[in-house]
Amino acid sequence: MSSDITPPVERPKTTGLHVGEAAPGVAKTDPIIVVDGVRRTFGGLTAVNVDHLEIPRGAITALIGPNGAGKTTLFNLLTGFDRPDAGSWTFDGKSISGMPAFKVARLGQVRTFQLTKALGLLTVLENMKLGAKHQIGERFWQSLFPFFWRRQELEIEDRAVGILKKFKLDAKSEDFAASLSGGQRKLLEMARALMSEPQLVMLDEPMAGVNPALTQSLLEHILDLKDEGMTVLFVEHDMHMVRHIADWVIVMAEGRVVAEGDPITVMRNPAVIDAYLGAHQELDLGVVTGRYEAEDADPTTDALASDTVEVSDIEEEASEESK
Amino acid sequence: MSPTATAELVVDINNVVAGYLPGVNILNGCSLQARRGELIGIIGPNGAGKSTLLKSIFGQVNVRSGTITLDGEDITSLRANQLVALGVGMVPQTNNVFASLTIEENLQMGLFQRPSAYAERLEFVTSIFGELGKRLKQRAGSLSGGERQMVAMSRALMMDPKVLLLDEPSAGLSPVRQDEAFIRVSEINKAGVTCIMVEQNARRCLQICDRGYVLDQGRDAYTGTGRELLNDPKVTELYLGTLGV
Repeated sequence: MSSDITPPVERPKTTGLHVGEAAPGVAKTDPIIVVDGVRRTFGGLTAVNVDHLEIPRGAITALIGPNGAGKTTLFNLLTGFDRPDAGSWTFDGKSISGMPAFKVARLGQVRTFQLTKALGLLTVLENMKLGAKHQIGERFWQSLFPFFWRRQELEIEDRAVGILKKFKLDAKSEDFAASLSGGQRKLLEMARALMSEPQLVMLDEPMAGVNPALTQSLLEHILDLKDEGMTVLFVEHDMHMVRHIADWVIVMAEGRVVAEGDPITVMRNPAVIDAYLGAHQELDLGVVTGRYEAEDADPTTDALASDTVEVSDIEEEASEESK
Repeated sequence: MSPTATAELVVDINNVVAGYLPGVNILNGCSLQARRGELIGIIGPNGAGKSTLLKSIFGQVNVRSGTITLDGEDITSLRANQLVALGVGMVPQTNNVFASLTIEENLQMGLFQRPSAYAERLEFVTSIFGELGKRLKQRAGSLSGGERQMVAMSRALMMDPKVLLLDEPSAGLSPVRQDEAFIRVSEINKAGVTCIMVEQNARRCLQICDRGYVLDQGRDAYTGTGRELLNDPKVTELYLGTLGV
């Protein structure tokens, strides 16, 4: 088996995104989304309580935080899949608070889901074609006469095939989406989002369920989006990915924005390590759990530290995160 | 060599061909052996057939050819309820708790074939998942993703399985919660349960497993101890990713 993986080419990070000191709610030089006083509660639980937040245009922003921090709820609110108890926000200077999801998507703000929503009984190509905007064949009268929409249909198909090739799904284009694996559905959902030629792409855990080797090419695709002028906002637990591609990182915990900044600074922030990352990311769990000796440690980890840390230390951190 | 390397075979999968749609095979002659007390990790690219392999053991996919045995007995294409009675437990990746039921009711559901053993099994499960024992009356739907995963694992353990199948136990969890999930899998295995785990977090998976299988295009492409695979440059390049930390 020969490898077709080429090492990722380092691309420059976008800097100079904020005005003043990087703190929660800091103003951006050119924000695409501005959120003010957004609150969403479920019974007695406040899932989102964001005073002020700006997402920088033309950059890749990561939204990180522990499970239950409100990241997906914020995504749902901003994309019209849920309604807030209070607050407002703008997209590209236009107020879109309370706007339904399909209108938000037409404006150029599309999203993907943590649990994919591919239409299983349509083929991969049909799923892709559904993503295109302003289709003449969607209008009742025009739909009856193929000469109105045939040409546009072919153009859409060409574009779909091109994007599928990029995501290495072209061989599957005639298969039902239901026959794809979890990771492939993830790729399809991202590819379909691009069919609407968005300005802002919001990805909810794009790497969850995607194989690490494929991760690299997917990262390249996300970096390409930025090069093509799009803004990307993504939720992710994979810190390698965040470090590698994000220009800006926003950390949420208990519904609030608790830190903002460039990836390196944010990941060194003790409050972020305590609340989310844990202090033990470079350990070999096989050594920590006593299954292996330190001399056999995974070469990419810190063998000495792995030998000294106790299982209970990690469990304590995890239970702290839940509180 | 791990102490389990010479133990007797518990699960023996021999040249299994399986798939969902007529004429389309996802597994193309896949073989895997798990010995008593082993922790087996299965990694590989998307669409390689990792989850399908677990489902074919658990009777959720039609096995077209090949055999699967449990303790020497043919279990190919038995139904899931029969397999649970024979000692096979499964922890699915998603939708793995009954959200409207309490933790206690979830655990009872795991034991509905043998309710009299509840007290004894609860004691075992809470020896590994101590915090669940203190929250038995809480609804599973109010738990975080990491906590749900713990409930799902506990429920599968209630039937005292010989073999536990785990489909991506770390999926969707924050970094520290992922580590906790792997630690719990290791503890379950140390308590004597043979575990077969599919994982996308390949490095963490190989760190704790005794042996690993790399699946590619429905076949077992590489096999070795977890340590051998971690140190194999080809496996690193193709399956573990080479992003800088």
